[in-house]
Amino acid sequence: MRLDAMMFTRRDALTGILLACALRPAAATPAMMEAAIADFTKNRPVTEGRVKLDLPPLVENGNAVPLTVSVDSPMTAQDFISRIALFNEKNPQPNIALFYLTPHAGRAQVSTRIRLGDSQFITAIAETNTGALFSAKAELIVTLPACAEN
Amino acid sequence: MAAALINVQKTVRKGEIIEIKTLMAHPMETGFRTGLGGQLIPRDIIHRFVCTFEGVEIFAADLFPAISANPFIAFTFMPQQSGTLTFRWFDDKGGAQVETARIEMV
Amino acid sequence: MKRLAVLIACLSGPVCAQDSKSVSFDKRSTFDLMKPETQAMQRDDASNPAMLWVQEGRALWQAKAGSTDKACQDCHGDVASMKGVATRYPAYSAAQQKVVTLGQQIQFCRAQEQKAEPWTAEARPVLALSALVGLQSRGLPLAKTGPAEARAVAEGRALFTERRGQMNLSCAQCHDDHAGQSLGGAIIPQGHPTGYPIYRLEWQDLGSLERRLRNCLNGVRSEPWPSGSSENVAVQTYLRERAAGLPIETPAIRP
Repeated sequence: MRLDAMMFTRRDALTGILLACALRPAAATPAMMEAAIADFTKNRPVTEGRVKLDLPPLVENGNAVPLTVSVDSPMTAQDFISRIALFNEKNPQPNIALFYLTPHAGRAQVSTRIRLGDSQFITAIAETNTGALFSAKAELIVTLPACAEN
Repeated sequence: MAAALINVQKTVRKGEIIEIKTLMAHPMETGFRTGLGGQLIPRDIIHRFVCTFEGVEIFAADLFPAISANPFIAFTFMPQQSGTLTFRWFDDKGGAQVETARIEMV
Repeated sequence: MKRLAVLIACLSGPVCAQDSKSVSFDKRSTFDLMKPETQAMQRDDASNPAMLWVQEGRALWQAKAGSTDKACQDCHGDVASMKGVATRYPAYSAAQQKVVTLGQQIQFCRAQEQKAEPWTAEARPVLALSALVGLQSRGLPLAKTGPAEARAVAEGRALFTERRGQMNLSCAQCHDDHAGQSLGGAIIPQGHPTGYPIYRLEWQDLGSLERRLRNCLNGVRSEPWPSGSSENVAVQTYLRERAAGLPIETPAIRP
């Protein structure tokens, strides 16, 4: 590449990085996520397990990340999952979705697609009809598309 | 709001668990983006989705801006009888979209 | 901005050492480069958001419009009759005396047959009808161009291989010479127009090949060709010829 083009490139790259830092919207910090989780759990104990969080480990575009959450539950009228909440660490807001399930589901499983602004941990917390809480965590890396729109 | 796309099998056997897949045409504007003039684009998302079967709620969701544009939601259902599923999406502008699908028990 | 910086930083690397030669690789759809979950989104019509547009297209196909009060199906019948059509676009139109894209042909029909108000070039209804018509050819190979398109193909090839923009890059330098190599976290695709209109996750929207080309030109800091211009159509025609034989995937998902 010619020298003048290279100089443009470096200057622009630097400007880009500085602007990206300045313009970035306030992101949810892990502390904000903790607060959102506490709001859901009302400080009841959460047991890790029974919940399965399916997410691609390496995401090629953070605009639509496929996610499936499932919980080990008989889903009978006596014993079922009533709510599943999804939280993230680094988006501007910690909440992703809150699903309300019933024994009619047959199985505790929901799929959706989510937006992730950065590589981070996703947390899913499931609540049973008796108020017991179970959780799972998954880490993913969000890569940046080389040829973005702007 | 525009169109919805619902994928449900038309016939089910007793005891069968089916997956219902839904897509809704919606930009899910986050409220965090700025327009060309630098002004904030107001938030406009579908914040709630509800599915009922013969009037009984079988699934619902509260959605936040972290849900992708043209939201995709898939969930399971074990029908006990023939009946009609009703799907409702509610957006920030006060709009609601309603779709139905029929299931026959065979 | 951050992404842009990454793009520029990457492009300033070893790319563009020499000018491009003719295409000499096995043709591969960008589908092959996508992550399994993105491929799955395209494979399953029930989870492919582009099918929302196809559904709208179906309604438009049957909707009477314009002062003649005709619907597409009044002339063409069921949309299944459009099988194979999208394999032959861009195509020379004798009526318009030029090579036109499928979207332009839809607009021409709307103006001539329906006598309806024109849509803007990338308006939702044009994309919806293009997706619907394109879907009828899914799985069929893109057809080679004919003598009537030869001039557009030659013009398109010239534009494709010509260095342009502040980055002084040609399309061919990335998509012929360095296809399959990494650019940032992504692999540079060969750039075949097999799935348009595509639902691009980056756009969170359905978009045309014209929009994709505009993206590329912005990427190399070049003035985009005007919408519907002969340059734009010529490059699209060359891309059709270059991809001939690859199956149509419309409506495809791309990251």
